[in-house]
Amino acid sequence: MGATKQVTDASFTDDVLMSDKPVIVDFWAEWCGPCKMVAPILDEIAKEHDGVVIAKLNVDENPQTAASYGITSIPTMNVYQGGQIVKTIIGAKPKAALLADLAPYLS
Amino acid sequence: MSEIRNVIIIGSGPAGYTAAIYAARAQLAPLIFEGSVTAGGALMNTTEVENFPGFTDGIMGPQLMEQMRGQAERFGAELITDDVVSVDLTGDIKTVTDGSGNTHQARAVILAMGSAYRELGLENEKRLSGHGVSWCATCDGFFFRDQDIAVIGGGDSAVEEATFLTRFAKSVTLVHRRDSLRASKIMAERAENDPKLHFAWNSTVEDVLGDAKVSGLVLKDTVTGARRELPVTGMFVAIGHDPRSELVQDQVDLDAEGYVLVQGRTTATNLSGVFACGDLVDHIYRQAITAAGSGCAAALDAERFLSE
Repeated sequence: MGATKQVTDASFTDDVLMSDKPVIVDFWAEWCGPCKMVAPILDEIAKEHDGVVIAKLNVDENPQTAASYGITSIPTMNVYQGGQIVKTIIGAKPKAALLADLAPYLS
Repeated sequence: MSEIRNVIIIGSGPAGYTAAIYAARAQLAPLIFEGSVTAGGALMNTTEVENFPGFTDGIMGPQLMEQMRGQAERFGAELITDDVVSVDLTGDIKTVTDGSGNTHQARAVILAMGSAYRELGLENEKRLSGHGVSWCATCDGFFFRDQDIAVIGGGDSAVEEATFLTRFAKSVTLVHRRDSLRASKIMAERAENDPKLHFAWNSTVEDVLGDAKVSGLVLKDTVTGARRELPVTGMFVAIGHDPRSELVQDQVDLDAEGYVLVQGRTTATNLSGVFACGDLVDHIYRQAITAAGSGCAAALDAERFLSE
């Protein structure tokens, strides 16, 4: 609890789609500057909120999942609930703005 | 409320970090607000920087910024990865409020907020943002492997992005409203010799097509007025930047385009103890090295002001 979880093409169904809790998936890559800005913010949110899982998916190593969800811009943060996307956030944002966007899923 | 500092620097690119290095070495113990998602500034979204002196073989933009940051930290600069949401710069003691609601005070403030990407201003550009419309070639080029895409603009950053994107794309069409590139000779030549790069001269983007994602652009010929469709799955916008001066627009004098006005060859603004540098003031050169140079000047100006 409290840390971000790495997910892959192989584990996506089990870790994200079948999860009991809402899962925020951060689609990211090493070469993406804005992704590096948002990563520590997501780490903090993961520490502060237990009701939600924050997962990270490296699109370079796991291109299938990114392609199947039509990701063409990173960072993209998708919120999955019961296997469905319920919210999409594209682009790095300050913590306060992310918290506001994610508020319905954090409690 | 904490103690009154010598100097607070708002913004981080080459200007902010260079100001931080100089102010820290002058024992001013500067506090730098790097920005929560913009730390490092515009160079964080670039690849190879070939024209920053001292790097014979070039250096990656993010690495250059990381090294400047480390250099500032080494001399005692205090770096905070947060935004500044409001300022009061008018009195002798300046107050700065950060994104977490904390206030900080200093006798001098250096403004180095840089600039933000300019948008085309089309409704469908906004709607399809992140669905084929992108402002970051290094982030998103990967997703357009073997596809036909377009880059809008004709300056250095447009040509650099277009050249970079040919690594991934099947073809890249550079859409430019003039009939020649504004980019530097070496970059323009490289682009014109690139077999994957095509040019749509004298063309502006009238509309972005696509339902859930980009499927094409409507281009208008600026000479004949004729319209045509360019089938592409991605559009990268690189038509320039606007200064990020909203934070100070009610207090500091700006020019008609929103750039902070400075006095003569100094970095002094209309307010005593407030200095400005980097892309926030510069609509002529806009280079990493000129931004760094003006950041140095701002720190020296602040140092002189504080000793008076």
